[in-house]
Amino acid sequence: MTRPDPDTLRIKARLERPGFALDVDTAFPLEGVTALFGRSGCGKTTLLRIIAGLEHPPGGEVHFRDTAWQSGKTFIPLHRRRVGLVFQESTLLPHLSVRGNLLYGYKRTPEPLRRLHLDEVARLLGIDDLLERRADQLSGGQRQRVALGRALLTSPDLLLLDEPLNALDTQTKREIMPFLARLSEETGIPSLLVTHAPDEVERLATRVAFMHDGQLERLEPLREALARADSPLFRDEGAVSVLQGELGPADEHGLHPFGPPEARYRVPSTPSATNSAGRPARLRIDARDVSIALSPPQDVSILNIIPVTIESLDEAPGHHGPARVLAVCRQDDGQTLMAELTHLSTKRLRLKPGTRAHALVKSVAFLD
Amino acid sequence: MFDLSPTDWMAIEVTLKLALYTTLILLVIATPIAWWLANGRGSPGVRTAVQALVALPLVLPPTVLGFYLLVLLGPAGPVGSTLESWGLNHLAFTFQGILIGSVIYSLPFAVQPLQQAFANLGRRPVEIAGSLGAGRIDRFVTVILPMTRGGFIVAATLAFAHTLGEFGVILMLGGAIPGETQVLSILIYDHAEAMDFDSAHRLSFGLLIFAFAVLFIVYAINRRFDTVRL
Repeated sequence: MTRPDPDTLRIKARLERPGFALDVDTAFPLEGVTALFGRSGCGKTTLLRIIAGLEHPPGGEVHFRDTAWQSGKTFIPLHRRRVGLVFQESTLLPHLSVRGNLLYGYKRTPEPLRRLHLDEVARLLGIDDLLERRADQLSGGQRQRVALGRALLTSPDLLLLDEPLNALDTQTKREIMPFLARLSEETGIPSLLVTHAPDEVERLATRVAFMHDGQLERLEPLREALARADSPLFRDEGAVSVLQGELGPADEHGLHPFGPPEARYRVPSTPSATNSAGRPARLRIDARDVSIALSPPQDVSILNIIPVTIESLDEAPGHHGPARVLAVCRQDDGQTLMAELTHLSTKRLRLKPGTRAHALVKSVAFLD
Repeated sequence: MFDLSPTDWMAIEVTLKLALYTTLILLVIATPIAWWLANGRGSPGVRTAVQALVALPLVLPPTVLGFYLLVLLGPAGPVGSTLESWGLNHLAFTFQGILIGSVIYSLPFAVQPLQQAFANLGRRPVEIAGSLGAGRIDRFVTVILPMTRGGFIVAATLAFAHTLGEFGVILMLGGAIPGETQVLSILIYDHAEAMDFDSAHRLSFGLLIFAFAVLFIVYAINRRFDTVRL
């Protein structure tokens, strides 16, 4: 065995259940957000439970940095692992107030280990006004924020998030995403996020672990996961590009510049875009909203025309009708932009890998 | 109507003592059994077998239970003779004997409401409390107990009330030694046998009122906490 990287979480586990077998041997870097992505039943929640110590597969190995959480006869129970857990359904303790819930773990955390305190966590999650409420008087989104705050207040070494947004409606989800996105950045606590929603991965993840049938198929940075046509993230809803960059202040037309000059977008102002000006941000672009032109068109309403080099042309994923082509393009700043085209256009423009072209981006979504 | 004889008072004292001890012992024994039945791991076959064993006193004639306990705990039985070989007394016709009988006889009445309450609670709150740094006992006291207190109230009340009504097991196992094993239900039977209907009526009516009052209180508490239904 190679010398273990000190800043990883290493897991080796086999677990058999009727109709299901998990077999994983991997190491997750303990930095940022690692998404465990896969369909329901692929074993991602089971893997999370093994890491938490809620499952105890015989012969399994779990090492957190240089501490053995499970190895041979060693088994550290959950309450000594210093792990924060958030599940999809509400898990607030109903006999305690919001404050009581938030402080439940805080009080049980030895004083020298407390790095996060009630005031800052409540502010970070926007729950300062809810402290005296009863747990059952909160909305779904508020409950999840309190659950998150409660986990944070133990100053955990690792956050395990099991589909924390799954039970929420789209509106509430949108309301919580920014808190989750800021979390790892502001607290420095690494987290594992179990999800089957590509949009959560695109918005939150630093890297993705793809799981399928109880196996971990691939662990790669988000950028790489979004740069290949066969990415499982595209399987259901088609290909998208996620661009990372800095958002500038709005100009006189209400448009924010995004990205470096060689791949400069202009993004319409939204309330959250205004708040995020000057900070790292992500743009999401549907491959179906990107067209390709060989020369820059002059009289066209589209604002964002980005010079690109075509890298590859593949069968587009996520289609049940007539097949289309997915052009993987490289912007001049090195980021990947996907365009979905018909076979006819590809042939007519004689596109092939290496072709210089202009991507016409019809719409961009600011991931807030 | 309520001028009770010393024998009556003694029977009341034995009965209350028996019911109280039975309830306390049952809460200690039934809690882990109910937790394991509701949330535990292990093969479903074993679990079903334990569930059936716990429920046995519900269907078995009390005399059957009393008979086997008499055989087991009496001087010739394995438990009774072992105790005697250690220089102790066997347990037939003793308060300890009928206490053991009561605990077994009322076991399902304590286990089932707790099991129901634990099943409703699920494993999640306990897992969460664990992730927040609470150890086993801490989790029991600060999460399980407050979240299932309705189940505990119902279990304790039912165990207590059911012990008050116990007859067959004690008849077989206890005899009717005043101050030791003569409980109210036995004494009422003895009064009636002796054609002393006045005395039998006094005790019977008192028991009837008491039982109603206990159940009334349980239902009232249940409604207030909106917890486990009987």
